[in-house]
Amino acid sequence: MSTIDDKKACELDAKAVEIRETLIEMLVAAGSGHTAGPLGMADIFTAFYFHILNHDPKNPDWEERDRLILSNGHITPIRYSAMAHAGYFSIEEAKTLRQFGSRMQGHPEREKLPGVETTSGPLGSGLSEAAGIAYGARMDGKKFRVYCLMCDAEHQAGNLWEGAMFAGNNKLSNITAVIDRNNIQINGMTEEIMPLEPLADKYRAFNWHVIEVDGHNISEFINAVEESKAIFEKPTVIIAHTIPGKGIKEIEFDYKWHGKPPKKEEADKFLRELRTLGGTIECYDQE
Amino acid sequence: MIVPNAKLVKDVLNKESLEQGSTRDGFGRGVIEAGKKDDRVVLLCADLAESTRSHWFKEEFPSRYIEIGVAEQNLATVASGIANYGKIPFITSYAAFSPGRNNEQIRTTISLPNLPVKICGMHAGVSVGPDGATHQQLEDIALMRVQPNMTVVYPADVEEARKATVAAAKYDGPVYLRFSRSKTPIFTTADSPFEIGKANLLYESEKAEVAIIATGPLTYKALCAASGLSDEISVSVLNLHTIKPLDEGAVLKVVKDAGAVVTVEEHQVAGGMGSAVAEFLAKNYPVPIEFIGMQDQFGQSGEPEELVEYYEMGENSIKEAVRRVAKRK
Repeated sequence: MSTIDDKKACELDAKAVEIRETLIEMLVAAGSGHTAGPLGMADIFTAFYFHILNHDPKNPDWEERDRLILSNGHITPIRYSAMAHAGYFSIEEAKTLRQFGSRMQGHPEREKLPGVETTSGPLGSGLSEAAGIAYGARMDGKKFRVYCLMCDAEHQAGNLWEGAMFAGNNKLSNITAVIDRNNIQINGMTEEIMPLEPLADKYRAFNWHVIEVDGHNISEFINAVEESKAIFEKPTVIIAHTIPGKGIKEIEFDYKWHGKPPKKEEADKFLRELRTLGGTIECYDQE
Repeated sequence: MIVPNAKLVKDVLNKESLEQGSTRDGFGRGVIEAGKKDDRVVLLCADLAESTRSHWFKEEFPSRYIEIGVAEQNLATVASGIANYGKIPFITSYAAFSPGRNNEQIRTTISLPNLPVKICGMHAGVSVGPDGATHQQLEDIALMRVQPNMTVVYPADVEEARKATVAAAKYDGPVYLRFSRSKTPIFTTADSPFEIGKANLLYESEKAEVAIIATGPLTYKALCAASGLSDEISVSVLNLHTIKPLDEGAVLKVVKDAGAVVTVEEHQVAGGMGSAVAEFLAKNYPVPIEFIGMQDQFGQSGEPEELVEYYEMGENSIKEAVRRVAKRK
């Protein structure tokens, strides 16, 4: 049974398209940055900012807010886009991505932009930071949840497994971690560069509850997050199987799009493609 | 003569009369004091509870003691998270491992976001003696002082270590505290002034010819060297316990008075306290400088005192450096 109805699901799907459109416009304006990973996480960021998070865009430092930690800082453009749509700042400001003087740093900085929670970029550290926040919050009996988004390839870093061990050992059930399992990294496919499988078994061995979902099915993802809140004995990790570049056929599954932005002409084509996705979200269009 | 306001131990130049202690003990006592004053203070330990004196805090505040295991990258990043939430974490390990191993994690997750994590590097310098070069951290001041937002403090004895620890808990932003293993003379008192960022003049001479700027436990040797030279060369001694931010006013004053400097530290001469002083003086008041410290080499097993002598960081080496620099004026 789903925790959201079909109408809500359609609304969220439509919101994800808007967030992808803004992302493409941001990347073109910036002239550098990552494309595939951010597109692949658009649905999950939509789920967070428009349904899951207990947050207040006008008061980003609200003490009781849920914390959303982004460990793989390089996909921050999609977060900026989602935050802009959620009302943290204007979409115009989001489009200043990577420009001199902008709060939209190439990799997110906590001191510059309230709401991003941590400074990240170098991979493998976010889960430990999330665990530190969760540990401190539990000491004080705080009720908020700590979410930590990670990419799959950063599971090649030792620091990450130190964090996984710490959170598992301390039964930090106030953490829900999410892995963007898109199978690509800069040099190629993760299973060819340095295999991660069996990833779920590894987490189970570290005392984690594991759920695997389709990372583009927003209802399924929200259900998994709800399930994680009911697990009190251990932290939960959701392995979200995603398609890198999701939403734009030419980019999907192509690791060459990991670290480059679209050119202006390409972007025009991609935006047309995104805007004709109407067929897939019919119920929303009929409203 | 000894500066009266420094309120040093009575008869401080009588070496045999002084009690000895390890600065890590000062940390152990100081962090409990800090914990009593502020319940946000927590301690994270990486499997070295006894040798870092973290076990004292654990006995006093078991629920505020967090075991990390042999994982210094995790030590820094979990601390970043817990500081991000609102606690004041002290993280303890050997300086060789933290900040030795986890430098990037400190940079990205502590210094850049300017979080109040207090990094406590134990067994620094050659003070860990028999353990040998792998454990003799001699590059940590250099690693830490180049990171923006980071404060670097190296106490001179147990009493100053206690005060520095208490002060670090109240000090905004990240702080690196450097401690030693071997026992060294306790020459300051509870009444001696201590403030992060404020150097203390310990020894002054009328018409000083050379200023010794020292940091850490070798400061006592500098004091003895100055006194021993009193019939030969008049010397002043500044205890530069805070290497960053540099007390530029205090440094400039002793250097302008004397016109020549010897820096003394148990650290590589490249990038350490001497370098920090030289960077400042090169721009503002260039004078001849001699650098006491490790001369671009690794240590080896041996007793701490033996190593200090072998690597020419002892009292006689300081005197020689004073004589050399006086001739260069």
